[in-house]
Amino acid sequence: MRSLAPEPQFATLEQQTETAQLGMWAFIATEVMFFGALIFTYMIYRVTYWEQFRLAAHDSQILNGSINEALLLTSSLTMILAINYGKAGRNDRLVAFLLATAFLGLCFLGVKGWEYVEDYNSGSVPSMNFLFKSDYHAPTELFWIFYWISTGFHTLHVTVGIGLVMLLAWQAHRRKFSPNYFSPLEVVGLYWSFVDTVWVFLFAAIYPLGRAVT
Amino acid sequence: MSVGKPEPIAPYVIGWAVMMLLLGLSVLSAYLDIGIFHPVVNFGIAATQAAIIFIIFMRLRGRPSLKWVFAAAGFFWLMFLYGISTVDYATRSGFPSQ
Amino acid sequence: MTTLTADLPTNYLTKEHTIASWLLTKDHKRIALLFFASITFFFFIGGFAATLIRLHLVNPAGNLLQPDIYNRMFTMHGIVMVWFFLIPSIPTTMGNFFIPLMIGARDLAFPRINLGSWYLFNLSGLFLLYCLFVGGVDTGWTFYTPYSTLFANGHVIPAAVAVFVNGFSSIMTGLNFVVTIHRLRAPGMTWMRLPLFVWAIYAVSVVMLLATPVLAMTLALIAIERWMGVGIFDPSLGGDPLLFQHMFWFYSHPAVYIMILPAMGLVSELITCFARRPVFGYSGMAYALMAIAVISFFVWAHHMFVAGISIFSAVVFSLMTFFVAVPSAIKVFNWTATLHKGSITFDAPMLYALGFVGLFTIGGLTGLMVATLAVDIHVHDTYFVIAHFHYIMVGGTVSAFFGGLHYWWPKMTGRLYPEMWARVAAIVTFLGFNLTFFPQFILGYLGMPRRYYAYPPDFQVWHVLSSAGASILAVAYTLPLLYLGWSLIWGPRAGPNPWRATGLEWLTSSPPPQHNFARTPIVKAPPYQYNPADGSYVAQDGSVHA
Repeated sequence: MRSLAPEPQFATLEQQTETAQLGMWAFIATEVMFFGALIFTYMIYRVTYWEQFRLAAHDSQILNGSINEALLLTSSLTMILAINYGKAGRNDRLVAFLLATAFLGLCFLGVKGWEYVEDYNSGSVPSMNFLFKSDYHAPTELFWIFYWISTGFHTLHVTVGIGLVMLLAWQAHRRKFSPNYFSPLEVVGLYWSFVDTVWVFLFAAIYPLGRAVT
Repeated sequence: MSVGKPEPIAPYVIGWAVMMLLLGLSVLSAYLDIGIFHPVVNFGIAATQAAIIFIIFMRLRGRPSLKWVFAAAGFFWLMFLYGISTVDYATRSGFPSQ
Repeated sequence: MTTLTADLPTNYLTKEHTIASWLLTKDHKRIALLFFASITFFFFIGGFAATLIRLHLVNPAGNLLQPDIYNRMFTMHGIVMVWFFLIPSIPTTMGNFFIPLMIGARDLAFPRINLGSWYLFNLSGLFLLYCLFVGGVDTGWTFYTPYSTLFANGHVIPAAVAVFVNGFSSIMTGLNFVVTIHRLRAPGMTWMRLPLFVWAIYAVSVVMLLATPVLAMTLALIAIERWMGVGIFDPSLGGDPLLFQHMFWFYSHPAVYIMILPAMGLVSELITCFARRPVFGYSGMAYALMAIAVISFFVWAHHMFVAGISIFSAVVFSLMTFFVAVPSAIKVFNWTATLHKGSITFDAPMLYALGFVGLFTIGGLTGLMVATLAVDIHVHDTYFVIAHFHYIMVGGTVSAFFGGLHYWWPKMTGRLYPEMWARVAAIVTFLGFNLTFFPQFILGYLGMPRRYYAYPPDFQVWHVLSSAGASILAVAYTLPLLYLGWSLIWGPRAGPNPWRATGLEWLTSSPPPQHNFARTPIVKAPPYQYNPADGSYVAQDGSVHA
């Protein structure tokens, strides 16, 4: 196995593995700041335009959003199971669960695409066809701008994640991983779970605003 | 790390189940008339789910380590942006303009 | 290159010769040189814009450049100098080269990410050059909305994309340094034995990691708003233009500390070595670096005092800004105390370091002046502010950059530079700099606004002095190109430690071998164990040198 010697700057493979994970955590910190800055704008405007945001969020598709969250949460489970089997040397299950993770990610993209089409059809795209329904004032457009930008960036991150997971599946199929070498699995797993984390916050920001009163 | 025998999967399945339950609660809360408590409940649920993901799925369990510092750093630093900006937004009279 | 080093044992320069071995290198030392080339290129572009500005401002009627072109000039000067020169300058060149050496490592933690950072930097440069070629952007480097999103006449989107990509280059560099310093220190290299340059790069990297993503999001938001015609900063939608400024300055204020922290770390290396004394108050210096990094995140709206924020929040930010000056002042006191009773030699690196201390002090004191609310009402958006930050960025960071360049030149190239010419350049720099920027304090106080292409004739004398100084500075910055270039071919060969300094980087050959150390050093001593009385020192591996 060609990957069993550490790179020259590391003394041991264990040091290399630990360092790779620390690097991914550092990257995750930057992503927290990236999405956190966007959610900051949301927070300012939601507090300022409470009722308008509630009205605007009524049109968000809570069913699709919930299905997507369920898909991503489940994909985090399949990812961690994949890593577990990889560490235990069960290569066939590793590949299977990696493919399952990628598949769930692709389902997310499918549902999201469908949701985007429905959003377009219901006139929720600022600057293209935004429809001011009754009681809507200008700030409703702010909500929807946030929706498109935040879910757009998130979808980009999911797509990158799917690519990484499929690359891992291919490498696993070529028997690259073993109980002695599984660092890329953990690092990508961290990324994937983080993308999941972003979604749970976006879900809270977009979908469950007050629908009790129409 | 054990060769041949995977780690117990119970924590992950339980974590997943709890998060699905919380998702259901969040959706349910949308249809309740709780007014100002909506963000509290929804973001509280999101934060709980995030904690489960970080601690269980991203394996922050165990002894406190440097990873914990890195994991917390982003959220901690965001508080500076959110908190200190609020000083301006809470005391400025010019916004919103209407 | 073969003729330069043909008779030396193989080192990082001679080990491989092909273009691919440079463009696909994983060696942090080669990547540092690649970055040197890139930032030098952009320094000249930013300098060219500055030259045109200063030439234009000699005349009150402003007839060299059309007003619109003038706006694009100062914008490009700002964008290029901030993101394409100052922010990467010390970290990607001397940081990349020396952090592994100073901590006793064989490379950074993630060499491919290091190379990727260079490619991203150049990609961002291509976007910027494209922006320049199609006419530039005129919003000022600060991209304020709603001008940048709705009304600007220039090419905002390419500029925003360029800086966005550049930000990721920054993030990758910072990530590499943070993880490397945590994980790859040699045995015995505890945190409190780290050279202050390493502490400074660590502090800078924390700031890069946590601040830059906010800029990335902010630029993405304005690019989208400009492209789609609708966005979250638009007042007609209920948006808040000040929200842009809050987010922009949340990054951009820490960014100015990104520009100064590495310079401070460098100056500690230079002053200790050339005064032959341990630094005064090592732990205070290390904590001050970290304190500056953290507190820099609390002060951003001091750029917004007259923008429309509440008076209450302005008072809060003014207070925070006074706090951030304290650790900087501690550092100036400690450098001064380090010099006291030292055995000082005035080699070029020391001249640059001393210039730094003086010019940074003036810049810092005037920073306190602009931090004072009442004063800032008068001097905001005048040349006073321009002079303040140029004293820090140019008088400070660029001086330190040249000081470090000279200090580490023998180590990087294996050659000694001609000392007399270097001293001349350092002194001419100091004089030219003050002639350029001190009149700008006076101009600003008298009321000359910044970013104006014409001005009342009463101000002309100060502008002429400033432009004259700028021409002297141009000479001072060109001189090192000439004699350093000369030294590459005709300079005497350098030994491993021509300055008799204590850091681990001086234990290896000049230039270093590809993997830095034949054997990983064991660290037994803190840094800067110089004895001014007899010139002896203890290197960090514990070896005593008489």
